[in-house]
Amino acid sequence: MDFRFTAEEEAFRQEVREFIRREMPPDWEGVFLEEEEEDWKQGRAFVKKLSQKGWVAPAWPKEYGGMEASPALQLVYNEEMGYHRAPIGSIIQAVGYIGPAILFFGTEEQKNQHLPPITAGEIVWCQGFSEPEAGSDLASLKCRAVKDGDDWVINGDKIWTSNAHRSEWCILLARTDPAAPKHKGISFFLVDMQTPGITVQPTINMANVHSFNQVFFEDVRVPSSALLGQENQGWYIAAMTLDYERSSLVAAAVSMAKRGLDDLVEYCKETKVNGRSLLDNPLVRHKLSEMAIEIEVGKYMVYRVVSQQARKEPGSIEAAVCKLYNTEMDVRLANTGIQILGLYGQLHKDSKWVRMMGRFQKSYLYAIAMVIGGGSSEIQRNIIAMRGLGLPRG
Amino acid sequence: MDLGLSEEQGLLKNAARDFLEKECPEAFVREMEEDERGYSPEFWQMMAAQGWQGIVIPEQYGGTGMTFTDLIVLLEEFGRALVPGPFISTVVLGAMPILEAGTEEQKQQFLPKIATGDLIVTLALTEPSAKWDADGVAMPAKANGDSFVLNGTKLFVPDAHVTDYMLVAARTKESASPEDGITLFLVDSKSKGIEFTVLKTIAEDKQCEVAFNEVRVPKANVLGEVDKGWPIIQGVKSKAAVAACAYLVGLSQMDFDTSLDYAKERIQFGRPIGSFQAIQHKFADMIIDVDGSRFITYKAAWALQENEPDAEMLVSMAKAWCNEATRRVVAHGQQIHGGIGFTKDYKIELYFRRQKWMELMWGDADYHRELVAAKLEA
Repeated sequence: MDFRFTAEEEAFRQEVREFIRREMPPDWEGVFLEEEEEDWKQGRAFVKKLSQKGWVAPAWPKEYGGMEASPALQLVYNEEMGYHRAPIGSIIQAVGYIGPAILFFGTEEQKNQHLPPITAGEIVWCQGFSEPEAGSDLASLKCRAVKDGDDWVINGDKIWTSNAHRSEWCILLARTDPAAPKHKGISFFLVDMQTPGITVQPTINMANVHSFNQVFFEDVRVPSSALLGQENQGWYIAAMTLDYERSSLVAAAVSMAKRGLDDLVEYCKETKVNGRSLLDNPLVRHKLSEMAIEIEVGKYMVYRVVSQQARKEPGSIEAAVCKLYNTEMDVRLANTGIQILGLYGQLHKDSKWVRMMGRFQKSYLYAIAMVIGGGSSEIQRNIIAMRGLGLPRG
Repeated sequence: MDLGLSEEQGLLKNAARDFLEKECPEAFVREMEEDERGYSPEFWQMMAAQGWQGIVIPEQYGGTGMTFTDLIVLLEEFGRALVPGPFISTVVLGAMPILEAGTEEQKQQFLPKIATGDLIVTLALTEPSAKWDADGVAMPAKANGDSFVLNGTKLFVPDAHVTDYMLVAARTKESASPEDGITLFLVDSKSKGIEFTVLKTIAEDKQCEVAFNEVRVPKANVLGEVDKGWPIIQGVKSKAAVAACAYLVGLSQMDFDTSLDYAKERIQFGRPIGSFQAIQHKFADMIIDVDGSRFITYKAAWALQENEPDAEMLVSMAKAWCNEATRRVVAHGQQIHGGIGFTKDYKIELYFRRQKWMELMWGDADYHRELVAAKLEA
């Protein structure tokens, strides 16, 4: 039991921190996932700078532009990116789990084709998993891929495809054996978004931002090299990559929550009501204290996963616990922020009256996406209960 | 950074679990609830033979010289087995402050005997005002010749009636700051003028009212310096709060494990109740609360051990969190067990009652949240 980081890890923390301060857009508003057009451009420019440092994908092998960083070093990286709200939303999916899926299951050719452009900050990937009729019950997806000579021909609809309109490539789950049990007839494809037959149609989210899309595949013909892993192995690959998604995202999110709290405490110190600081208000103190505690608890849930990875212990429910707890904690934090700001809490960042750059207004909306995406809270609880605790299926 | 147990800690944990499953079964826990002393000298000696009372006492004083986080690993197992008796009192409230603030003579006098299981000690801090802060210490101790004379009442004193010695916090000086003017005394529990009354509590543990009537304590029995006892007490309070957290972690883990077994076996509507999503999701929430409690407790313990600058804030975070999280766990445990859980025929109620005891000891959640808020402000 030792909570101390090594000197090397601390030195890297300082280095990352200084880099972010130097390279971040000066007026960076910094809310999770830079999805609006201007923010997106700034984010891509930042990723390019990360790439020059070789810092896009800490966990990856060096031959593909990674750092081969230890789990603890990756944690340090994610903590600093999160705390400083670094604009890395455009690479989270590619670095966090799409690349790792290709690393684990790809051929030499697939790795060489797809991984270096990600670490070079050149290529954006999106994820074609969910369908209109296949959300939490993802394995019931209907999108079909049919073999035709050496090619595959894909037909179907995907939904909630974040950044599809900005992506060069897409990972796609499609049914390749309709006769097999639903989990066993799915394959995993790597699809060039320029392929004829793909149509991208925007879905505007409740923050009034175009991030999501519906993506239609109509007789989309892809070569045999588009198949990742074995035919009908897709569910297995997806389940593994989703576990990656959970743990890689959460470390940054907890640190971002801590930053939100630190800012809120500063705001309360400076804000006077009836001549007294907001921090003198017992109800405010209670709320801030509660959030500080909840964030701290979430942090060690992340550290536990990292410790397990470092010890090479097999994980079971720890990543699900981490995702479930911390995304729900973020919902509470956003609400606390808005409540403390009172009427001002509802203002959009563009208002001249806005306080704290409207961060809590925005995170109050986006926090809702986090308890649904990547496996909803209810699905996480099912996974914990059935896969982890061995409770019988209903 | 590694949150796992060291090899030594793993061995300690396994040895403790094996020993306690054998020597501290449910029947023994219930027997000690009824027992006037609340512990058995035989069991106490068996624990001493394991080296547990001396776990944090250096080898030169007859202990095994392990660390505070090692003790925390052990106490987690104590919570799991609901170990009754004056262990936390003797080791955390007694041995640790003597080790930190005692003179060489005092250490020689007390620590070896504690390690061998021949001395039981506690701390008499709280009074009828039931406050954990320095202004809760109002009982006067007046200098008289080569002694101090104590008059007043201490309340909620753990295990006092079976102790050989008590560390007693008393006021030796009135001062603008309540933290100034408190002195800690090592008081022989058999001194003339001391009267013990065991309180009936929700956990049937043995907390006492201790009445002091003209109790004379030699000046040589002051621990630390006269009027400057509060910093020592603060150190004890922090360690005791983390010890309580560890006990709660083990307790809630066992409540969880027991409830999980029950949900897999209990059949209603023709299927195990654990197959119902309403029950399954309770378990997911419970394991989050148990694990969340465990790792913030480890962090707080480690920070105290390493004298980290934010140690006190982490202690308060841990205690505030564990208090409420473990209460949620044992409440779910009761709900999952249904009617049988409300009876003395089944062990789950033991966890429910003891959770509330440890929740209240060394500061409830509101108390510690306020301490956290004060640190955020700083």
